[in-house]
Amino acid sequence: MQNSTSWRSFRMAAWLGWVIESNWTDPFLFAVYSIVKPISGAAILVVMYGIISGGNFDTPLFPYIYLGNAFYIYVGAVMTGVSWAVVDDREHYKTLKYMYIAPINIPIYLLGRGVARFITGSIAVVITIAAGIWFLNVNINFAEVDWLLFIVTLIVGVVMLALLGLLLAGVTLTVARHEGFIGEATAGALYIFSGAIFPLDVLPAWLRPIGYFMPTTYWLELLRRSLVGNVAAAFPTLANFSDLQILGIMVGLSIFFGTISIWVFRWCDKFARERGLIDRTTNY
Amino acid sequence: MEAVSRKYSRKYTGWRLFWNTIIARAYPRIVGQQREVSWLVFDLIMPILGVVAYVFVYRALNAPEEYIGFVVMGGAMTAFWMNILWSMSSQLYWEKEQGNLALYIMAPNSMMAILLGMALGGMLATALRAIVVTLIGVWLFGVSFTVTNYVQLILVFMLAMVALYGMGMMMASAFLLFGREAWHMANLAQEPIFLASGFYFPIKSLPFWVAAGASIIPLTLGMDAMRQLIFPTGFKFGFLTVHLEITILAVLCVVFIVTAKVLLGHIEKIAIREGRITESRR
Repeated sequence: MQNSTSWRSFRMAAWLGWVIESNWTDPFLFAVYSIVKPISGAAILVVMYGIISGGNFDTPLFPYIYLGNAFYIYVGAVMTGVSWAVVDDREHYKTLKYMYIAPINIPIYLLGRGVARFITGSIAVVITIAAGIWFLNVNINFAEVDWLLFIVTLIVGVVMLALLGLLLAGVTLTVARHEGFIGEATAGALYIFSGAIFPLDVLPAWLRPIGYFMPTTYWLELLRRSLVGNVAAAFPTLANFSDLQILGIMVGLSIFFGTISIWVFRWCDKFARERGLIDRTTNY
Repeated sequence: MEAVSRKYSRKYTGWRLFWNTIIARAYPRIVGQQREVSWLVFDLIMPILGVVAYVFVYRALNAPEEYIGFVVMGGAMTAFWMNILWSMSSQLYWEKEQGNLALYIMAPNSMMAILLGMALGGMLATALRAIVVTLIGVWLFGVSFTVTNYVQLILVFMLAMVALYGMGMMMASAFLLFGREAWHMANLAQEPIFLASGFYFPIKSLPFWVAAGASIIPLTLGMDAMRQLIFPTGFKFGFLTVHLEITILAVLCVVFIVTAKVLLGHIEKIAIREGRITESRR
């Protein structure tokens, strides 16, 4: 019974999220919207890189930046996809209270709401990488890609991001007026500390430990290594670690942050119920 | 009888009403926003995160120091573009969603004055944030400025702001016709504009016609001119001469404000005719 409730919660939330995300316009405009934003974000970095390097896209730094930025789309999409559901349901549609009294599992429902952003994020990631391969000489040889490592890393990473999203959703339940910023600020901070678009060695030495503590750092490193093996050797940050060691660190940190996320969500959920915050609207 | 003769019962008409409407609408932007301290923190953190990320990219690429300054300036100017998108263009849409728009139209004041008030308040409140972002950027990354011509710098900034907020007023009218797509449209107009307008690199680096097309957004030429005026080697990165950019910005000011006035009247009529003033399409 519990399993079927969880599955139903997840399935219906995923469908609801997809409908909310996609049916505000016709499919063509939706496709344009889904493509233009990530491509523009990547193009800013490409132009910056092109100006300084004089158009030399063959150095290891370029695929490092490009792939890091492309996969980072998942961080914003999945993490804020889950936490934004609280804002959407409570403030915008004013339906969160109905969700709470419905026979569904709330954390699973929120995780399901993140699926739509995961799908649109995946489309953006694929298009961004394809543009890099076709137009910018991002050298990915599909015959040499470590597919097993890539798929395992991607799955573990997406689960980890979804659980981090649950943590943010819990915090969002307890605050007013600025809940929309929480996801963006967290994603923005992780962008800097995960070595997404520059090696961690560029950060001041006293800030680097924050990056080493973030599972996203190892996630992005493994994704790059699985697609373009020689990129890893070009930067000293994690060069001394083997793929397996990095995978082990990432899984360990993911379990650690996942456990904290579940615990924080439960605490925030209880707090929000006690204080009557589930149906609070602020009109902000 | 005594009640109606009190200060707040005084009836304003004509330009006094117009002016007081501007001040009344600007007030929550200037004073109200400062009261929400946590918003101030987020308003500052978000642009700074972007600035820090792009500065470190340039550092990783061993870029000349001017580029760090370009990023800090671009990061500060993002505050204005975000304000235009979320607090000008989308504002009438939000007001409609919350039920205030009908009250604005019913009240015996000019909608143009309301838009001007929004613009004035938004401009001043955002300028405060942009200054803080610049100062933090300067402090964090040791950026140095050398102003070559203060008069031109002030003129460029003022013209860019007037044209930009004129554009915001114009877009506010257009957004009035949007339903749920308003949020997505505003969201869509971020990264592509940061790219096309050269927020983080000199616009001269883009192909000429792309840069020329992007010049319709006042911040494009405004930032290009300011970079030429405040960085010692900025003139090397200029897209057009500062004089020409000042002229174009002046033209854009007139075009956008006049268009905003015409469009507001026209779209208000359409919205009333089609019954969209009080609708809420969630």
